[in-house]
Amino acid sequence: MKQMVNMSRRSFLLRSAAVGGGLLLEVTLPKSGLAEAEQASAEAEKIPEVTAWVLVRPDDTIVIRVARVEMGQGSFTGLPMLVAEELGCDWSKVQAEYASTSEHLRRNRIFRTMLTGGSRSIRDSQEYLRTAGAAARLMLTGAAARRWDVPVAECVAANSLITHSPTQRQVSFGAVAAEAAALDIPENPPLKDPADWTILGQPARRFDIPDKVTGKTAFAIDTRLPGMVYAAIAQCPVFGGSLKSVDAKKIADMRGVVKVVPLEDAVVVVATESWWNAQQALRALPIEWDFGEHAQVSSDSILEFLREGIQLEKAPVSRQEGDIDSAFASAATTIEADYYAPYLEHATMEPQNCTALYTEQRVDVWAPAQNSEATAAVTAETADVPVSRVEVHKVHLGGGFGRRGLYIEFVRQAVRIAKTMPGSPVQLIWSREEDIQHGRYRPVALVRMRAALNASGEPTAWTVRQAEQSIFSAVRPHLIRDGVDIVGVRTFADAPYAFPNLHMEYAMRNTHVPPGPWRAVAHTHNPFFRESFIDELAHAAGQDPYQFRRTLLQTPQASKDLAILDAVAEAAGWDSPLPEGVHRGIAVQDSYGSYTAAVIEASVNNEGELTIHRVVVGIDCGYVANPDSVRAQLEGSVVYGLTAALYGEITIKAGRVEQSNFHDYQMMRLAEMPTVEVVLKPTGGFWGGAGEPGMAPLAPALCNAIFAATGKRIRSLPLKNHDLRPA
Amino acid sequence: MIALTVNGTEHSVDVGSDMRLLWVLRDILGLTGTKFGCGMSLCGACTVHLDGEPVRSCVMPVSIAAGKNITTIEGLSTDGSHPLQQAWVAHQVPQCGYCQTGMIMSAAALLKKNPQPSDADINEAVTNICRCGTYARIRAAIHMAARKVESG
Repeated sequence: MKQMVNMSRRSFLLRSAAVGGGLLLEVTLPKSGLAEAEQASAEAEKIPEVTAWVLVRPDDTIVIRVARVEMGQGSFTGLPMLVAEELGCDWSKVQAEYASTSEHLRRNRIFRTMLTGGSRSIRDSQEYLRTAGAAARLMLTGAAARRWDVPVAECVAANSLITHSPTQRQVSFGAVAAEAAALDIPENPPLKDPADWTILGQPARRFDIPDKVTGKTAFAIDTRLPGMVYAAIAQCPVFGGSLKSVDAKKIADMRGVVKVVPLEDAVVVVATESWWNAQQALRALPIEWDFGEHAQVSSDSILEFLREGIQLEKAPVSRQEGDIDSAFASAATTIEADYYAPYLEHATMEPQNCTALYTEQRVDVWAPAQNSEATAAVTAETADVPVSRVEVHKVHLGGGFGRRGLYIEFVRQAVRIAKTMPGSPVQLIWSREEDIQHGRYRPVALVRMRAALNASGEPTAWTVRQAEQSIFSAVRPHLIRDGVDIVGVRTFADAPYAFPNLHMEYAMRNTHVPPGPWRAVAHTHNPFFRESFIDELAHAAGQDPYQFRRTLLQTPQASKDLAILDAVAEAAGWDSPLPEGVHRGIAVQDSYGSYTAAVIEASVNNEGELTIHRVVVGIDCGYVANPDSVRAQLEGSVVYGLTAALYGEITIKAGRVEQSNFHDYQMMRLAEMPTVEVVLKPTGGFWGGAGEPGMAPLAPALCNAIFAATGKRIRSLPLKNHDLRPA
Repeated sequence: MIALTVNGTEHSVDVGSDMRLLWVLRDILGLTGTKFGCGMSLCGACTVHLDGEPVRSCVMPVSIAAGKNITTIEGLSTDGSHPLQQAWVAHQVPQCGYCQTGMIMSAAALLKKNPQPSDADINEAVTNICRCGTYARIRAAIHMAARKVESG
């Protein structure tokens, strides 16, 4: 009989004890480190693993493993729902636990992928997780059938009980789990018809929430280990610069200071007792930087660089259909506009941090990372040990938003420091200033669009020239095709609108400011450009912006865009009268396999003050695992998206980021929260994402409402830079 | 040595008098429910009560807290039974959850002073930042807890 021990559970228990009890860990943990404690815990914790995803305790508790990470999106609950639906278990007896990264690697990547991003957790794992649940059900019923010596076809699993239909004999999952675990895993178990689902599609309470309201949840930053020291870091303010020198003697006598660790582009102070000691000493540390070759770059020079990209005679083509030249030659009206969007930083509420413990035997890390497998690889590479000697302790993340998927330099830094002091756990925490000034920013973008309308106001041609920084050219070269970043051109190259003639070009404009995937990636700024410009065309054609879009969305491939647009317009009461001064804007966008639309009601008073009265945002994500989580993601997108539209702007001066904390990188707060109505219209038949798609239609719907209210067309963000007073 | 009363328990801590209360709670006393978010009193993740008043512990020198009653999220209830915590679960408020303990502490201080807050009262009292965007549910949960407190 195979009995697998769950590594992650042991780690988690250990860590929970460490955090909840403070000193408790020092009592229970042998001095030699974590390995022995985990060994002991493992002996006590053997529970039958029916499959790698499903463990059943003798008391019928079902433990379902989660390979992706919870960063607020609800996957820690939604993913187990996929398994449980096919398992035929009692949902009230289900617990979730993280799949261990080291076990994943030892068992030939048995948990498929541990990457959390791209709104992919549910949609990319739904098939293999439902299959895993169905396989486990067949194994459990098979074990019962063997025990009773009856045909398995006569046995039915439901509610964690297996019933032999002819005799009505029953046995619980827990009673046959060990026998089931010894059976072969069936390869292609049939899956339920979605019409028969009882768990999927029903709102489920999230597993992670109770501990999040008591403070018991231990984020990476809450890791507490005996003998732990704290590290504070200053990174070269100019990207690409390096450390020239530090005068460590100046802080040698400060409280708790252990040492100064110089890195190529940063310097770290390690101190005992508290991160406060390390940070205070760091502030007092004289540091000299070599700012490198980019110290003269500014937002103005970057904008000029983008303009050159707009003016280039030729640029790589991302889409070409029909003949734009003749369309423009015969146009009754030509509309042209330039749009701009700035850099943005993620500002996860939990700042970047990592705790690392390097010993002769192994390296342990705790980090808020969106991909624990990559974390293990980075740790192994940095520590120069085989990955088999790395343990990544999985924790919930205090926000992710794309910041900590591809880029986990804080892990590299912490491991480097830890390696200089074997046996001492090191907790590295970035200050908020480091977080904002050393992000992986949503790229800047400048876009020029032209369109032709014929005499009846019908659009006949559309050209787009994007001058944008590429997120992926440096890290995912396969996403660059013939000079086009295929992610960067989404929204345009895949626009569902039926223009008979199209020509789109992409001028890659890479600067020294490090780019990264920011929630919704290209589907934040590009929808703002596209959907605002479509609004301009509707206005130029003298048509209602909703009806104008409808006309352009009559092809079969645009049917889902059209349907969600209609659903949201109806929910918002698009044609119904509004109070004096309040106006509507509308936008639609497909992204991450889902279809979203928004209608925003806004007013602008004579002082130019904007009020957002109501946001109606809808999604068709096909099938829904946990509807309340989808709803929450859309509500959250409203705040994340509108914060960016209203305030979001990272600017560059002397090669460095000018903003440093929440006073100059402003966030929407509760008092500004408009009424939000979420329209869930899952039409089934496909699985779309939910974490990011809601972002897409918000900025354009808002700016289109502002145009309706003021006649001012907003062609650059954020709105705080615009004078909205009626002309 | 500085004498502190945290969640009813007296502690004597050997730290510099300018160490911020946040770090004493987290690093010296191991009470990690109180979070570091900005270090500048801007986000509210570090909110605790000082003699019942909500304060941003990331900017408060520990010497100022000496001799006062400090309440952290760990002291609000031992089992999540505070009406706000229950309302938070009922409305499924948290997403990532990092800011939520500070949110709850801000809301708890408000309800103590003003058991039936209006929307405007909530706007004024709960100025913490949530990047996941749970504000609407926070408002609903505060109203729910207020109704519960009222009906006893």
